[in-house]
Amino acid sequence: MSALRGRIIKYPDNVNTDDIIPARYLSSMDMDMVAGHAFEDYDPGFMEKIRERDIIVAGKNFGCGSSREHAVIVLKKVGIKAIIAESFARIFFRNSINQGLLVLQLDGSSEPFEDGDGVRIDLGRAVVENETKSTIHRLKPFPQFLMPILNEGGLVPYLKKRRSWEFR
Amino acid sequence: MSEKVLSRASGKRDASAGEIVLAEVDLLMLHEITGPLAIRAFEEMGFERVWDPSKVVVVFDHNVPPSDISSASMMREMRAFVKAKGLTNFFEIGRGGIAHQLMAERGMSAPGRLIVGADSHTCTAGGLGAFGVGVGSTEAAAVLGTGKLWFRVPETFRVIVSNKLIEPSSPKDLILEIIGEIGMEGAIYKAIEYCGEGIRAMSLDGRLTLANMSIEMSAKTGIVEPDGKVASYIRERTGMEVELIRSDEDAEFEETFEFDASRTEPMVAIPPRIDDVKPARELGGVEIDQAFLGSCTNGRLEDLKAAARLLKSRKVSPRVRMVVTPASMEIYREAMREGLLDIFVEAGAIVCPPSCGPCLGMSQGVLGPEEVCVSSTNRNFVGRMGHRSSKVYLASPATVAASAIAGRITDPRDIA
Repeated sequence: MSALRGRIIKYPDNVNTDDIIPARYLSSMDMDMVAGHAFEDYDPGFMEKIRERDIIVAGKNFGCGSSREHAVIVLKKVGIKAIIAESFARIFFRNSINQGLLVLQLDGSSEPFEDGDGVRIDLGRAVVENETKSTIHRLKPFPQFLMPILNEGGLVPYLKKRRSWEFR
Repeated sequence: MSEKVLSRASGKRDASAGEIVLAEVDLLMLHEITGPLAIRAFEEMGFERVWDPSKVVVVFDHNVPPSDISSASMMREMRAFVKAKGLTNFFEIGRGGIAHQLMAERGMSAPGRLIVGADSHTCTAGGLGAFGVGVGSTEAAAVLGTGKLWFRVPETFRVIVSNKLIEPSSPKDLILEIIGEIGMEGAIYKAIEYCGEGIRAMSLDGRLTLANMSIEMSAKTGIVEPDGKVASYIRERTGMEVELIRSDEDAEFEETFEFDASRTEPMVAIPPRIDDVKPARELGGVEIDQAFLGSCTNGRLEDLKAAARLLKSRKVSPRVRMVVTPASMEIYREAMREGLLDIFVEAGAIVCPPSCGPCLGMSQGVLGPEEVCVSSTNRNFVGRMGHRSSKVYLASPATVAASAIAGRITDPRDIA
């Protein structure tokens, strides 16, 4: 996973996990069904957009609110490949890594992108290129100590292989 | 305080802000919504034994009693896991209540403890001086299997509260004021410590309310500086003496905020932002359809008493329905003994069993299209309590009761 391209769905600051998946669907373990209701209240056009777009660019504090990991699971299920935001709420950030979903921080993320822009994320160089506007932006470095979890595809495969944590 | 707890739990002498530590967890909480995902992840990870069956709390609190077959099935799965793994802290429907309240009552949320729960409001434990953090289901599974989790030691915001609250202003009004000041993204990843005369004067019920809403500023946790009141509460409930872990005199704080509790008025958070906070008196024109009193934020005895004082010999407005859910069975019974439930029913409210249901639009008080609720809960997001066109105004128990009586958002001081 050194580079990936996609078209963006743009969101503002403080998108919360109730916005991503309303609680009324959490009393089911059928995650395919649950995923069909992603952003249902907050952005009713989401399921249409997601057919041709797969990267979310948002502002500050993405994923705030409830700890429900369902929010990350449904985003993965519908095909989101990465989320770029100025900042993430901590539980959502951790849940994303644990599900193997790429979450990247970019200062001033709201500025250089418009809904529908094509982007290319180069993880090796830690940059994101807005291909529609021909601009390049530097991502914040991804925490190195979390790379092993992300590289395994999440915390389940990580612990399945190791059976314990590999931290100092 | 955070550095001390995480140093102790990770076996490091002096962990400091910014450091990553692997720490041993003192207690893990699972409920029936996030728990089943955790159980499945635990099994997928290939674990068979739970690291310590005495340190896992399993509670049913979100949709109780279950309102559909799917919820009932998830509880069934949890019960089977509890039995198979020999978990000793299981709280069946009718024998517990909302997890965060229950853990406080049982003396589990004690000063200096590292408590992890698969629920964002696990920070409520900070009301008694514990370090409580919410996690997702996969991390809960990792704790089930290993007893450990990585933490980044947070920087700390200090909130100093001078003077005492003047009734009917309450800790809820104070925390709404604090959130209005710091902002809903103002404390991302920080620990918030609450201290000062206004905090020391506050009951433990009120302190739990402050800690509970720390997550609404996106903080990692909120901790109220523990004192003798906490020590005697834990002693009464468990017979144990606790060490009161506090910040050192020379501790460093990233930012310090000061509030004067004597100036705190009844406040309301306007949907859909928790930090859009105004005095209740400025919102007097907002008509309501429902008033909700309950939740892990404000379903405690002190809260029920504050509402009952206003509702005694008065009626809920004919155009409003009022739903009351005590936060735990212990509170339910005590409210029954003290006649509070009678006051609510006499006033025209419905009293439901302890449940998180209404707070997140799951059961027992869901809102229809365009409906407006004044609620003692912690979130007013779009569609939080039901239909996406419904609206939730957050307020104190006294303001909820006053508004229920008047049929519109009302400052409790304006009820004659």
